[in-house]
Amino acid sequence: MSHVFLYALVGTGLFTLGLYALIVHTHLLRKILAINVMGSGVFLVLVALAARARGAAPDPVPHAMVITGIVVAVSATALALALMVRVRAETGRAELSEERPE
Amino acid sequence: MKKTMNPKSMTESGKIRTPFRLLLMVLLSALAAGLGYAVSTLSSQSPGSGEWVAANLETSGVSNPVTAVLLNFRSYDTLLEMGVLLVALLGVWSLGGIPEQRESSPGPVLDTLSRLLVPVLILVAGYLLWVGAHAPGGAFQAGSVLGAAGVLLLLAGWRLDARFAGLPLRITLTTGLGVFVVVGAVLMLVGRRLLEYPPSFAGALILLIEAAATLSIGMTLAALFLGSRPEAGPDR
Amino acid sequence: MAAIPWGVMAILLPLAGAMACFLSPRRASPLGLITALGVVACAAGLGWQVAEQGAQRYAIGGWGAPLGIDLYADGLSLLMLMVTAVVGLGISVYSSGYFNREKAVNFWPLWMFLWSALNALFLSADIFNLYVTLELLGLAAVALVALAGGADALTGAMRYLLVSLLGSLAYLLGVALLYHSFGCLDIALLAERMEPSPAVMAAMGLMSAGLLLKTALFPLHFWLPPAHASAPAPVSALLSALVVKASFYILLRLWLDVFPVTAAGLGQLLGLLGAAAVLWGGLQALRQTRLKMLIAYSTVAQLGYLFLAFPLGSNVAWQGALYLLLSHALAKAAMFMAAGNILCFGGHDRIADLDRVAQRLPLSLAAFGLAGVSIMGLPPSGGFIAKWLLLEAAMRSGQWWWVIILILGGLLAAAYVFKVIGYAFTQAVMTHEARAVPATMEWAALVLALVAILLGLVAPWPLALMEIGLPFGGEAAG
Repeated sequence: MSHVFLYALVGTGLFTLGLYALIVHTHLLRKILAINVMGSGVFLVLVALAARARGAAPDPVPHAMVITGIVVAVSATALALALMVRVRAETGRAELSEERPE
Repeated sequence: MKKTMNPKSMTESGKIRTPFRLLLMVLLSALAAGLGYAVSTLSSQSPGSGEWVAANLETSGVSNPVTAVLLNFRSYDTLLEMGVLLVALLGVWSLGGIPEQRESSPGPVLDTLSRLLVPVLILVAGYLLWVGAHAPGGAFQAGSVLGAAGVLLLLAGWRLDARFAGLPLRITLTTGLGVFVVVGAVLMLVGRRLLEYPPSFAGALILLIEAAATLSIGMTLAALFLGSRPEAGPDR
Repeated sequence: MAAIPWGVMAILLPLAGAMACFLSPRRASPLGLITALGVVACAAGLGWQVAEQGAQRYAIGGWGAPLGIDLYADGLSLLMLMVTAVVGLGISVYSSGYFNREKAVNFWPLWMFLWSALNALFLSADIFNLYVTLELLGLAAVALVALAGGADALTGAMRYLLVSLLGSLAYLLGVALLYHSFGCLDIALLAERMEPSPAVMAAMGLMSAGLLLKTALFPLHFWLPPAHASAPAPVSALLSALVVKASFYILLRLWLDVFPVTAAGLGQLLGLLGAAAVLWGGLQALRQTRLKMLIAYSTVAQLGYLFLAFPLGSNVAWQGALYLLLSHALAKAAMFMAAGNILCFGGHDRIADLDRVAQRLPLSLAAFGLAGVSIMGLPPSGGFIAKWLLLEAAMRSGQWWWVIILILGGLLAAAYVFKVIGYAFTQAVMTHEARAVPATMEWAALVLALVAILLGLVAPWPLALMEIGLPFGGEAAG
């Protein structure tokens, strides 16, 4: 197995690690970071596997997909962070509280 | 009235029981193993569309294959993605009421640094935009650098003049998506398909779209960093 | 194809409308309404085109499938686009009365972007392009939920955003595995090249899980009621009616076209989860004390029906599921709008304190009741046709136990609809100064509810449209 697959495996590892953090942590900032780690994992899988053909240039389509994905991730993260600030201003905590304040 | 972060309640509601954590670890390890196995069984020969891209690169108007995919072969993705960026900004603005950080004097280091760096960053952005046609670079990279320049300015205490914070700012923010849509629509009006560039104009059209996109991306990123709609002058 | 590309225009027009509303906030409302009319015209144009000429494929940029992105319109995508147009027009009319000027400035551009994303999603034939449309849709939907302000709506929006991003990322990892297995992203090409392999199984698991999360199938529905109930009324309407259906649509496309062989065993599981959703959602709806929460749980239950088609897998079953989707979109939009009117009128939506709404807001209550008829599945509504088709499919395949779910679900729906209507006729203590509700808001709800009923009377027509391009496979209609 070539090193390309090693990178791809690291990518799937990051994906599951991010998923774990997303479920376990309650602070919203950590959840948002966890989503970003998951995203980086997916991007790593996409880019790593694009370089499988030996000698030939890597496939440009996954690279373009990753650039698109990064812009989407930046946009989503920005919205999430702004929302987190508002949630904290409104409830006093940057968490998703289960009990409903009446 | 509003409490700031309450550390006690955080740890109390934040604790997830250990058995649950262990179960989760087992399940996610199984998931990771499954995904890893699935990836490792993929053929070591790429079945990708690299050859297709290479075969059509000449008529695409640029010689960098990634730019060709982003701005020509799959330009429709990029068009929608400009929409995603604008939607994120609209969302942040519609939240409103995010308190602006207190005005603080930037200090001599940040002040001098930003004065020196911002012109350089703008130049770098221009270079990245230009070089994207035949080497790594392009609208997103250039836009990010431009956005970084904007963030630096904001950190140094600079704010957009109220005269420009209304319609002029909104026009700049929509330019990227707007030019994309207009180019697509005009091509349809002259009897071609959506975003089907005539090969002889492809390079120029891509540069036009990229230039507009760079400006909008840079502006949007800086505006996202600011976090709330800037105070506009009376012309709103 | 020299004809007018109506499908492309249905995507570009709302995008242009969004930018116009953003640039000219003072005229956002009229600009939005004009755009809405234009999009309805585009959907009608596409409908005519597809009915006349059959399924349409459109190569964006003129490149064609392996290299470029294709748009594809068959009966399935056409009906999704058309129901979006009808509900979208209703929501636009309703919103022009609902929002004050300050909120309208933020609402219209986001709603136009959301509409564009929906149309782009229903027309896309490319799995990565679908990811981009999903994200555009998700971010716009989250921002719209947050428009309501307040702790409930903001927390609901935050949870919705995290869930939506998680779903999209799982989907994207699936896309990565499929692309690296077959070297293409076009659904039709993938279907041609499909061979079962561990990577395909993983991709199917990831994509299905991500989309099920976004579709809020039991037990992944936890995020839906708070988000849908706390949003502004027109936003609740469009979320429950349209947005959750978008991820279901992608799932349907993938299961029908991309993963046809490998998916056999999991169909039963999806059916069981769907059945659980019907019962759980119905019971929870019955327990709610707030009208909007009741309607949101009713959505959880109704989404469950859509998955009953997966274990049956026949042409009739898919038709039934799609018919349920269409009639639920119309009825649920009407219901949330009626609830919005009641909330706007009385200042609260506590079911027990609905004070003689029947006399005060007769049109809104009529809308709620008619929508309820379709949700319960009584004749002559669209919901009845849908359940009839599902019942027929269940009997034909010998899986009679699904019939029990259909009947129990209908009874539960009747119970919660009549609970609301009962309280609407009784007198309660007035707790709030009553406010006038604009006539446009009442009529928008009523007209959508009437269309949901009408869908039961004109059944042959949508059923014929569904068959264009044979989205459910080659089986003969019946």
